[in-house]
Formats: sequence, structure tokens, C-alpha cells
Amino acid sequence: MKRVLNTVIFFLLLIGVWAALTGDLLRWGIGPEEPLWSPYVLPPPSVVGQYLWDNTLNGKIPLSMLITLRRLLIGYVIGLVLGVPLGMLAARFRWASDTIGVLALGLQALPSVCWVPLACIWFGQTEAALLFVVIMGTLWSVLLSTQNGMKNVPPIYARAARTMGAGPLKTLVFVTLPASAPFVVSGMKQGWAFAWRSLMAAEIYVAVVSGFGIGQYLHYGRELQRMYQVIGIMFIIILVGLLADKILFSPAERWLHRRWGTDKE
Amino acid sequence: MKKLEQEIHEYPTAKLSVENVCKDFKTKAGMVRALDNVSLTINEGEFVCFVGPSGCGKSTLLNIIAGLEKPDSGLALIDGVPITGPGRDRMMMFQEHALFPWLDVIGNVMFGLKQKPNLNDKERLEVAKYYLFLVKMDKFAHSSIHELSGGMRQRVALARSLAPNPKILLMDEPFSALDAMTREQLYGDIQDIWAKRKKTIVFVTHNVREAVCLGSRVILFSPHPGRVRETFSVDLARPRNINNHDLADLSQQITSSLKGYQNAAESD
Repeated sequence: MKRVLNTVIFFLLLIGVWAALTGDLLRWGIGPEEPLWSPYVLPPPSVVGQYLWDNTLNGKIPLSMLITLRRLLIGYVIGLVLGVPLGMLAARFRWASDTIGVLALGLQALPSVCWVPLACIWFGQTEAALLFVVIMGTLWSVLLSTQNGMKNVPPIYARAARTMGAGPLKTLVFVTLPASAPFVVSGMKQGWAFAWRSLMAAEIYVAVVSGFGIGQYLHYGRELQRMYQVIGIMFIIILVGLLADKILFSPAERWLHRRWGTDKE
Repeated sequence: MKKLEQEIHEYPTAKLSVENVCKDFKTKAGMVRALDNVSLTINEGEFVCFVGPSGCGKSTLLNIIAGLEKPDSGLALIDGVPITGPGRDRMMMFQEHALFPWLDVIGNVMFGLKQKPNLNDKERLEVAKYYLFLVKMDKFAHSSIHELSGGMRQRVALARSLAPNPKILLMDEPFSALDAMTREQLYGDIQDIWAKRKKTIVFVTHNVREAVCLGSRVILFSPHPGRVRETFSVDLARPRNINNHDLADLSQQITSSLKGYQNAAESD
């Protein structure tokens, strides 16, 4: 409880300093008479808040979040569906690790926003271009962490399962997969983070007629010199990232750590 | 319920024979002969210990019996049938516990049982509970593996190997990572369980005292190349205490004989 309070006070202070420097608190006599920066450079929190409030009520922000999350989810799931089996293959067979394993290592070093120019030429200004960039961002990190996870499974588990009469398929599904779960889940989490970053980059660069995502709002905020919109959307992006982590991954990780006995407490 | 009674009160055992088994391993120093023309017979319901220093091939032979490795030549047979791979008639217990951390205690014991097709899940659960009771771990059925001490983990591992009711139990230095107190307790328990369940047990160890305490027969291996050197019958009354005088005398005798073979091997 005390730690939550610490966090809340810290953030209130940050916003307070921001408000004071941009003239929001002048009516209480706090802050410089003239704002240090023009509102085109750093808008005060009240304006950003007003923007978020209005556009949430009129449905623009919720709609764009829906569009963005749909793209994210589709791209992420495709990335997982391709990445996990390919990672298993690379962990199991030398030839696979020498080919797709090396390819994954190479492409993981490439920030996925670098795919945007190619994606635009190949797919045009379409949903497919966005998805392609998201998949390129997700796939390789999921593949590599699955491979790493399976390689770290102590071989004694598979030996024990075999002596108990489990065949190769049962051993893979009921022993090797659950044994590598902690690695695979942290890989999925990392993949999610990469997918999110990729999609934001893609939405900023690719203007798609089929729907305005959050990234596109950020882009048009820049075009129209509306920094309050840019900052407001940045807050939304942070919020979505945080919520995904807390709702999707933290409970899974906590359960794994408790079961495996790897938590610090 | 009939099936369950049968499952718990039937004690299948088997005769094990090893005929002229040879096995080579490739190492950096060249080929090493881990087993050189080894033959032996283990009777139904016998408790046999393989003893020898590391490199004598005792664990390799156990893996061949388990079906995890194949001999280069020769045969291992169960009741006259050659072993071609792992099977439910032989269960193996390892030096490390090898329990699955993603399952709780009873889930681990159920794992081997799930590979048995003739039971339903309710019956499997009953059988698993019975074996947890047998190893005195029934109070911990729903604990996570990491919450247990080393000795408790090996008890669960023992229950997991016993639960599918194999004919032969193979144990690869199962107590070597435990402290002395826990080990002594387990010596008592394993003798008790052997008396109750009448399994054929093959127990691998480098601890001569432990071998004499547990085995009806102690088979002495010597390294480079791995060979069976001598067999000692242990006729001491059970349950045996590892601190018993006669037991100490016999292990003294086996140890000096072991040293003789080692010296002979070094002077070669």
C-alpha cells in the first residue's frame, strides 16, 4: 500500500512540475508569469487532458484503439503461430538451427521499422503492409526465445518420460513444452513488446484508408502542429502497453514462478 | 474396484539376464571400452547392487537394461525377451530427482500411470494416492516440487517409479545427493517397500556400505575396461542397519577386493 502511495505521489509531482512550468497553476500563483515554452512546443496538462476527455467521449480514441488493437492482435498471433513451431524446429534439428536460426538472429537485429519502405512497395498503403511489419517485429524474437527455452530443458526430463513409457510425441507435448514454458512466456512477452513498437512505427509511416489507428492520430497531430494531440496519444500508447503487461503477462509469469519456485520472495 | 485391487495387490517381477554385452564410447582420448563382455543373471524379486568406481560401466549397463542405450554387441533380456527400448515393465529412478516442476506431487506420480492404458483417471488417482502413502508423502499430494526437501523429492520419485507397477525397478545412485541422516532413513524405507512390493531391483552405487546394506547380492565392477569382477551374497538379516558390525566387515572385505582390482588395472 505504501509503495502504491509512493508511486502515485511521484507521478502527481511530475505532472505538478509540468503544470507549473506551462502556466496551469498561475491562478494559485505558482510558476513563472510567462510560460517557458509556447503551447505549440509544450502544451499544459489541462489542454492535453481536455483533448483526451473530448475525444474519448466522442468515440474517436476508443475507435482508433479498437482498430489498432485488432491489427496488433492479428499480427501478434500470426507471429506466434509461425515463431513457436519454427523455434521448436530450430531447437530440435541442427539443420534448422543452422538455417532459420541464423536467419532469425540476423533479422532480429533489424528494427522492424526498416521494413516499412519495402512493405509499402509490396503491399501498398494497406492493412497487409501494417501486418507485415508487425509480424517481422514479432516472429524472430518469439522464434529465438522458443529455441533457447527448449534447448535449456534438462535432458533428464525427457529420459525420465521415456523410461515411463512416453513416446516422442507425448514427451514433446507433455514434457519438453511445459518444461520450456518459462522461456516461451518471456519470449511471448518480448514478442508482444516488439509487436507494439512495430505497429506504432508502421502506423506513423503508413497512412491507411481502412481505418485510423492510434499511431495515425499521432502522425496527424504532428502534421497539424497539435502537440497536445501528440502528447495525449503518447499517453494512450503507454497506457495500452502497461495494461497488456499487467493483464496478460504478469499473472502468467507469477504463476510460473510460484510453481517452478523461482520467485524471489 | 476389482481392477484396482488387482493393480495394487499384484506383484509382477521378472528375471533379467545380460549376455556378453560390450559397449564402447568415443572420447577425446579415443575409444573407451565401457563394458567388456559382461554377462549376469538377476532372479525374480532379487535386490541386486552394482558397485564400482566411476568409469566401470555400471551406469551404462543400467541404461542398457532401461533401454535408453543399445549395446554394441550382446543382449539384455527380460524373461528371455530381448530389450529393444524403454518399457513400462522397467522404471528408472535417477540420481537427480528428475521430477517435473510444472506438476504437483500427485501430478508427477500420475505421469507414469497415465501411460498405462488399462486404467481410468479415477483409478489412477487412487493408485497414485496409495503409493504416496507407501512412501509417507500422502500429506504433500498437492505441494509444488520446489517446496520439498531433497529426501522428500526422492521419495516422490520413488512413488512415481513404483506406481505403474513395473516388474523391475532400476535405481541409478538415487541417494548419493542426500545427507547422511536422510539416506539412512531411506535405506529403511526402501527395504520395507522391497519386502512389501517384491520387485526385482537393480541398484547402482559407488558406496560399498550402501550396497551391502541394501542388496541381496552385490556385484563388483572394475574399470578400464568395465568388467564384472566378483559377486558377493549378502545373507544378513533384514531390515539391515548400515551401522551394523557384520555389515561393516563385509563391506571392508569388498572394498579391499575392489582396491586389488584397481591396483592391478593401474599396473597394466
